[in-house]
This record gives sequence, C-alpha cells and structure tokens, in this order.
Amino acid sequence: MNFEFSEEQNLLREQAQGFLAANSAPAVARKVLESEADYDESLWQKIVEMGWTATVIPEEYGGLGLSYLELCVIAEELGRAVAPVPFSSSVYLATEAILMAGSDAQKEEWLPKLAAGEAIGTLAMAEGAGRPTAKSIQCEVADGKLSGTKIPVPDAGVANVAIVLAKSGKRASLYLVDMDQGSKTAVKPVETLDPTRGHGQIRFKNAKVELLGRAGKGMDLLDALLDRAAVLFAWEQVGGAQAALEQAKEYAMGRYAFGRPIASYQAIKHKLANMYVKNTLARSNCYYGAWALNTDADELPLAAATARVSAIQAYYFASKENIQTHGGMGYTWEFDCQFFYRRSKLLSVAIGSEALWQDRLIDAYEEHAA
Amino acid sequence: MDFKDTAEEAAFRKEARAWLKANRLKKKEMSEMTGMEAAKLWQKRKYDAGWACITWPQEYGGRGASPIQNVIWNQEESKYDLPQGVFSIGQGMAAPTLMMWANDDDKARFLPKLASGEEIWCQLFSEPAGGSDLAALRTKAVRDGDEWVINGQKIWTSGAHYSDYGILVLRTDPDVPKHKGLTYFWIDMKSPGIEIKPIKQISGDANFNEVYFTDVRVSDSQRLGAEGQGWQVALTTLMNERASIGAGGGGAGVASVYKLAKEVEIDGKPAIKDPSVRAKLADWYCQESGLKYTAWRTLSALSRGETPGPENSIGKLVGAPKAQDLANFAIDLQEMAGAIRDPKLSEAAALYQETYMSIPGLRIAGGTDEIMANIIAERVLGLPQDVRVDKGIPFSEVPTGS
Repeated sequence: MNFEFSEEQNLLREQAQGFLAANSAPAVARKVLESEADYDESLWQKIVEMGWTATVIPEEYGGLGLSYLELCVIAEELGRAVAPVPFSSSVYLATEAILMAGSDAQKEEWLPKLAAGEAIGTLAMAEGAGRPTAKSIQCEVADGKLSGTKIPVPDAGVANVAIVLAKSGKRASLYLVDMDQGSKTAVKPVETLDPTRGHGQIRFKNAKVELLGRAGKGMDLLDALLDRAAVLFAWEQVGGAQAALEQAKEYAMGRYAFGRPIASYQAIKHKLANMYVKNTLARSNCYYGAWALNTDADELPLAAATARVSAIQAYYFASKENIQTHGGMGYTWEFDCQFFYRRSKLLSVAIGSEALWQDRLIDAYEEHAA
Repeated sequence: MDFKDTAEEAAFRKEARAWLKANRLKKKEMSEMTGMEAAKLWQKRKYDAGWACITWPQEYGGRGASPIQNVIWNQEESKYDLPQGVFSIGQGMAAPTLMMWANDDDKARFLPKLASGEEIWCQLFSEPAGGSDLAALRTKAVRDGDEWVINGQKIWTSGAHYSDYGILVLRTDPDVPKHKGLTYFWIDMKSPGIEIKPIKQISGDANFNEVYFTDVRVSDSQRLGAEGQGWQVALTTLMNERASIGAGGGGAGVASVYKLAKEVEIDGKPAIKDPSVRAKLADWYCQESGLKYTAWRTLSALSRGETPGPENSIGKLVGAPKAQDLANFAIDLQEMAGAIRDPKLSEAAALYQETYMSIPGLRIAGGTDEIMANIIAERVLGLPQDVRVDKGIPFSEVPTGS
C-alpha cells in the first residue's frame, strides 16, 4: 500500500502550478467573464502545447500514454486556477467516452485531434431541468439522423465533436456527432452562473450521427463514463476549494478589525478550520477515487461517488465562506471571490447534482455490501 | 499510489490472519471471566507471540513493524469481536511519551509491561480549573531534596481506579508564566496519599475519576523532561491522544445504520429507499471514508519517521459529532421505540441509545471540538492566536473566577 503521488507526479504538479500561475491569473478568467468569449483561446493553446489534452490518450493515437494519476494532478491545478478553458468537456467527457466506447475507426479519427487540440469535444446530455433518463429525453435518432434540443451543453459553441445521449425507439444510446454540419447542429449561447465557461443550446435537425458503443446501452455507458469523469471533476473541485481557503486565509490575516487581524477571532478561525476539514476529507476521498480510476477497480462507482459528493460539498462551503470572510468587499465585482463561488456551483451540477451522486453513492454501497 | 497490498504486505496479512484464526480469544473463554480478565489474557497472548504493539521496537516487546503493517494488523484483528480499550491510554499516550522522554532504565522497566498488558497506565492532566486551558492546572509539586511533594486534584482521569501507573503534569513554579512553570512526571498509582473517587456520567457509567493528592511523594528520577519543560512533554502525549481517540468511532457507523435502514420501514417501504435517508447516509459515508483515507495518508508521514502532527485533530473533530448525529438519526428511524434503552428490547442491543448517551463525553475528552478547531486554525493553517490576557504574566497573578 502506498498513499502518495510519485516524485514524478509531484514534479508535474509543481510544473503545472508554475505554468498556471504565470498564464491563468484571475485576470484571464475576468477577461472571459467580461466578454462574449466562451474561453481563453491563448491559454487553451498553451495547455495543448503542454500536452495536457493528450495525457491519458495512448501513444498510438498521438497521446502521451500517461496514467490517470497524472490527469488528476492536472485537474486539481486547473481547478485551483479556475482556468477558463474547455478542458473538462473535451478531456474528462468526450475523450473518455471515445476511449471507453469508441470503435477503432472512431478512435483513429478523433483521438489524435483531441490530443493535439485540433478538435474540442463535449458531452450533450441535459434537456432542461431534471435528470436525463431514457424515458425523459426527447432527442431522437431515426434513420441515422438526430433531431432535438440539448440545453445546457458545456462548450457547445466551440466543440467540434459532441457525444450525445439520444433515444432510438424506446432505448437510449450514445452518439458521436460531428458539429460541423451547419444548421443541422445549430448552437445558441446560453448565459450560465459561470460565464468564464461557455455554455450553449444545441438544436439538432436531421444531423448525421454515428453510434458510440452498443445500441440501446446509452444509459449504462453514460453511467460508466460519469463514474470516470466524477473523479476528475472532484479533483478540479478540490483544487478550487483549496484555493478559496487560501484566499480567505490571506485576507483574514491582513484585514484588521477592532485592532487585530480578523484571523485571530475564533468565529473566523473555526470557519477556516471547517474549510480545511471538509477539503481534507474530500481530498482523501479523491486519492481513493484516483486509485480506483487508474486501476479500473471494482470499487470505482463507490469511490467516484464518494469523491464527487465530498468535493461538491467542500467547494460549495469554501467558496461561500470565502466571500463571507471577505465581508462586503467579497461581494464586489472587483474582487476575485466570485470566481470560486460561480465555478463551484457550475461544477456541482455539471455531471449531476449532489443529490444524484448521493443516490449513486448508496446504490454503489449496496452493491458493494451485497 | 496503490491501495492494494504489495506481495510482502499480502504475506504479512496472511501470517496475521492465520495467527488470529488459531489464537483469538473465543466467545466461550470470554464468557467465563470479567471484561478486564479477558482483556489482560488477550493482550498477554498477543504479547507472548509477538503481536502486541507491533510497531514498537522488539526490545520493548513489539516487533518493529511498519505503520502500514500496523494498519493491516488492525484490519485483521478488528474482524473479530475482541476485548480492547483498557490499554489504549497506556499504550497510545503514556508509551510514546516514555519512549521520547524517559531514561533507558525506565523504558526497559515499563514498556514491555505496557505492551503485555500486565500493567495499566492512566493520564492525569485535566483539573477542575484546567480543562481546555490545560496549562492553567494548579496541582503543585514542591521540591524536597531528591523528591517532590504533590498536593492538589486531578479530574476526568479515565481508568484511574484500575491503573498501576500514571503520567501527570504539575505546577512546579507558580511565579513564571503558566506554560513555563510545569513539570512532567510518572507516578505509582498506589503511592500513599492518592485518593480516587469515581464520577458518575450522564450515561450512568463511571469510566473516569477525581484523583486527590495529599502530600504524595515522587522521586526526582520520575521526572520526564527538564523542570519547567512539562508543557512540551505534554504535547507529545496530547498529539498521540488525539490520534488514538480519533481512531475510535464510538460504535454506531454507516454500516450499522444502513442495516437498520433496510429493516425499518417508512410509509410501507424500507427506509433505505427514502431519498432523505440515502442522502444522509451518503454524507456520513463520505466522512467515514474521508477519515479513513486521511489516516492512511498520515501513515506515509509516519513511515518517514515523523511524529503525529496537529493534522490528527481532524479525526476526533469529525468522528465524534458524526457518531452523535448517526446515533440521533438511527434512533429517529425507530420512531417511538427509539426511546427504549433496554438492550433486551431495543434494536441492535441499544447500540444507538448507548452511543447517544456516551458521545457527548467524546466530544469533550482529549480536547473539545472547539479546541480541536483552534488547533487546526493555529497549528495547521498558521492563523494568529486569540488575544490572551494571561500571556507573559506570572501564573500566580492570572485572574481566576475563584
């Protein structure tokens, strides 16, 4: 048993932290927040040049063939930097879906492009409020053509390829959709809680699709995909939660009230101690999730849900109490506290809410206990 | 990172498992003796075979096992319902303090008997006027030649009534600031002048005591650390205390409440189908799992030879309130019958009712939740101390309420 990242992985972390400190300052996220842009293109290009989009893609498809532990390290640092890039959509969702369920031809077509950043991918599952199920979804494939509306879809406006959950008859399947089909894949931007990450609505009208994985197995494939993605999202969330704690701490140390730093008052200390506790528990669960993902362990569904639920809770708590620690200044547009608060909520619903993952956790626990 | 056993670890696990299977204390054996007798017999049996306090050096009765091996051993031992508890203060707190601060003779004299369970130790720190503010303790020791004369009172001393020895912190100089006037000793609990009175708790049990000292004499050779260094020595004990209290849980856990939620019904369906029940269990599972893997990560630090740090405070700070909330919830699941505490009539032999009544003590013992949060804030996060009106002034001039 060994519960630590390797020396090489820690070196990667240092390198990633240095790179993002230099290239993804809060000013970069602010620029995206205050513009119509979906992401920061220059930061994205540099991330691609660093090879991060190629991390777990096998070398035969132009990837680096590294392990998921390296990807977890990168995810945490991207979360810490609140980076305004389509990394999670393209890497944790689209790339993973193709790696998991794609045919050789689909892998050969898309993985090299995704690795090299020549293509951005995303996953389109939601159709408005509620949990998408085989019963609830309206998007439908008939005669090999997809019609229907997905909203919200992360990075819809910049995606070259979308993995789409749609039904064909009564059962749901996953489909791979080339987004370069003009009005057949029409995208409209959607304003979200976190404009530093672009979202949109996609209206499919007789769009050409390819089946991804087996027909009728869409919900099972989606479940398996989300287990994998949940670990990576959780690392991003833990990174953000840690950064929010550090920001709160720095402010509390420097801000004086009644003649002393507010960090010396127990009300503030206990608040920050609680952030530390929640972050630590979430991080430890993420370690287990990382291991389960990396080894494709039977425990993955339970480990992923545990990491996901605790990371959702930790980030929410840290981001809201960071604003509270800052007092009025934390509520201003000018301060950066908002980035964590926005991102924490966006990520908490990104692949299913806290309640959904609590439910999945107990499902997995029951399976495990049985 | 690998959460599975290496080949060596698997071999160790196999060896531990085989020994436990062959040698564990059987239910029938235990039924014929008191809890204390059973605990002592089991501990001695482990000791004789080299399975007691396995991380300790061999010369003190251990087997020099690694922290990871200790995890494996604990996992295997906890599969059986075996007696434990009475030795945890001695082995978990007194022993690490002795190892760090005692002379070689005392280490050789006491540590093997601690490991074998032949001698039980208690910890005499808290006082009526010094709990969360431990360094405000008043029991004094006055030097008399090669001896010290002790007068005063300790409180909340778990197991004082059955302990052979104790570790204690005393005020040896009231005229310097409070942390600087303390000295640390070990003591024979049968020393003349010691009087022990049990304290009845809200649970109805009496696990701890008041201990009165009237002209009790200890030799200067029983001092651990230098005169005036008692606070520093006490910190060794306290960090180990928080590590060992955090490791426990107090009975009720997700596994037992899950079982209960499958059995009891809400609106004609098993409670486990209810989304609010699932959500709560999921949250507690996250805490249990988070604590487990946090402890495992700490092992990596221990493997490198570090002593337990303030990070350990998290175990008790999270674990105790979690057990309280779980018990509270499990009682609710039983509706009106949840009020029944009679083990013959209650679910799970009144596990949840007993936990409900015992946990308030655990949230206070070894540092309250609030003190734990302060430790994390100050010693882990590095936040400044609160304003202290007693700072830098002689202890004898510090304002008191009495």
